[in-house]
Amino acid sequence: MGIKITVAESLVKCLETEGITKIFGYPGAAICPFYDKLMQSNIQHILVRHEINAGHAANGFARITGKPAVCVATSGPGATNLITAIATAYMDSIPMVIITGQVKTEQIGRDVFQEADITGAAEPFVKHSYLIKDAESVPEIVKKAFYIAGTGRPGPVLLDIPMDVQLEEIDFEYPESVEISSYKPKNEGNKLQIKRVADAVKEAEKPLICAGGGLFTSNAREIMVEIAEKAGIPVICTMMGISVMPYDHPLFLGMIGMHGRKTPNRAISECDLLILLGARVGDRAVMGMKNHHNLKVIHIDIDPAEIGKNLPVSIPVVGDLKAVLTQISEAVEPKRHKDWTEYLQELKSSENIIHQTPEIGVNPAAFLDELNKLLPDRCVISADVGQNQIWTANNIKLNSGRFITSGGMGAMGYSVPAAIGAKSACPEAEVIAICGDGSFQMQSMELATMIQHGIVVKIIIMANNRLGMVRELQTSLYDDRLTAVFLDGSPDFVKLADAYGIGGEYVSNISEAKTALENLINSDKPYVLQVKVDENERSVL
Amino acid sequence: MKHTISILVENNAGVLARISGLFARRGYNIHSLAVGVTDDENISRITIVAEGNDYTLEQIEKQLNKLIDVIKVRSLPADKLLSRELMLVKVNCNNAQRPELIAIAELSGAKISDVSKETMTLELSANESKIAVFEELLKPYGVKEVVRTGVVALQKGGGGL
Repeated sequence: MGIKITVAESLVKCLETEGITKIFGYPGAAICPFYDKLMQSNIQHILVRHEINAGHAANGFARITGKPAVCVATSGPGATNLITAIATAYMDSIPMVIITGQVKTEQIGRDVFQEADITGAAEPFVKHSYLIKDAESVPEIVKKAFYIAGTGRPGPVLLDIPMDVQLEEIDFEYPESVEISSYKPKNEGNKLQIKRVADAVKEAEKPLICAGGGLFTSNAREIMVEIAEKAGIPVICTMMGISVMPYDHPLFLGMIGMHGRKTPNRAISECDLLILLGARVGDRAVMGMKNHHNLKVIHIDIDPAEIGKNLPVSIPVVGDLKAVLTQISEAVEPKRHKDWTEYLQELKSSENIIHQTPEIGVNPAAFLDELNKLLPDRCVISADVGQNQIWTANNIKLNSGRFITSGGMGAMGYSVPAAIGAKSACPEAEVIAICGDGSFQMQSMELATMIQHGIVVKIIIMANNRLGMVRELQTSLYDDRLTAVFLDGSPDFVKLADAYGIGGEYVSNISEAKTALENLINSDKPYVLQVKVDENERSVL
Repeated sequence: MKHTISILVENNAGVLARISGLFARRGYNIHSLAVGVTDDENISRITIVAEGNDYTLEQIEKQLNKLIDVIKVRSLPADKLLSRELMLVKVNCNNAQRPELIAIAELSGAKISDVSKETMTLELSANESKIAVFEELLKPYGVKEVVRTGVVALQKGGGGL
């Protein structure tokens, strides 16, 4: 028999038992019972300045820890403000448990103050959701939520709890494990398929690994590198796969896609065996891929629905990447593929062109090269969405750090709250958010969160007074008819930071970059760099 | 091409919304949908007739399987399909026409469920093609109202879900 406590208190105990130490949230009337009990707990609550950022911060936190992270909001607008963050986590398979307050059970459906059907509204973007009406079921449902969010293909799980349910008393006992008969994620790969993979690798003359975000999820980075080295297979990555392999590794070629590098795109068009690892073949990733007739595709993913969805597959393997790759590493034979790898390595090194110095501002690639020289081993680079994302994706050279971004959803305003989450998860790491002047203004309120909670995130704003990616689109596809992309009226970001008590400086040409970046890295407090970029700069340099 | 898909689901609140929502947002066409509880009161069985090529069918099955409440999904093989649909149809019927309609009902294996001075309501449980023929036969009398349950189906023989 358990102890008699309220659902609100039991929720806090559930989170404690799950090992949750920090949660991100924003209170409101319908979630007050939970907050009232949270106060007595050692769980740290980080008060964001907009609910969406509670979601993105949990996202950043979860990416670093690899475990489900928690965010909280109230009913109605609090909950609906979370939707973009839920969708962002869903698209990138990030484990999250989202708790929202709901109006009293008896009021549901009457359009009362701050009522919104959040389980209905968020349905397309959640791995699963529960509107909890039975108080006694809370501990079991919370256990299920963490289990579902963190296993299989991870994703967000939403718990919507009416206020009166939060106040009900229950016999509390947290289950040690749960069984869901209709949910049994597959771990090991089919042995026959593994053999087929090994045979295909043996026969291939130009094999290529395309590494996706799933390798992080499954903690399979090392075993992937081991296989690449053993079988002499070059590696390209998707946006979500950046930093999965040390940038300087001779077998690593860079990011594919319409905004990717030349070498990886060439490699994917010329290979005879493509091995997709935890990558969902997004439209922007394979846009540059030429149609080939003799291409064999191996697709390894924990989600069978991703296999064959966007690309015909010759050898499908369903399972957890780490388990499957361990099976494969034993089965593949050592090989070199000397001509193929040397050809690609040469292509990659020929890409290291000298950056032109523009008349106005800095060349983003040259600027990021300066940053590369200063990055400590433990670092997290959180890129936003737009030109800044592509500049960073293509030019950041991480050998041991981690790159995070909103890959699938492309949600502007992601970088700073995600960096706040990442820094909260790993305070020892140097965490830098890189955004544009457009995206920064979607998240600048979080400077207050950083100050209030002492979260040392550094921010680089690539400012060109434009919504640069849309500007570029209008230039190339709409005959340079520019509309609604001018950011006139933006504040001086260094002064804005100063108003929050945050230091910062301007970089208007490349000669100032080194010192400014040293100041940013050496600061033990948050720091903001406003970097001048020419408005006509292209995303792929 | 039409496919008949059987789905076993946990009998939870909102499960039907999840399934119909999935079909809507991924652009799969539902021809008919029928749902009812099974011999286990915690489990419901849904029969969906959907339109699409083999790729779409594979995607439908895979996406349905991702829903946590879904226990089992199976597309029933066309050659082993035992499918039935219930139709209630109200037609105009005066005294003179009544014997003709009784004959049609007998011929089609339909039941006469309700009779009034001007109308007759017939009830037929049959597969889709028989229902279509039946409807054609009734048209000349003037069909006032039709209601259909949607197809429910099992696999013939010993095999099943």
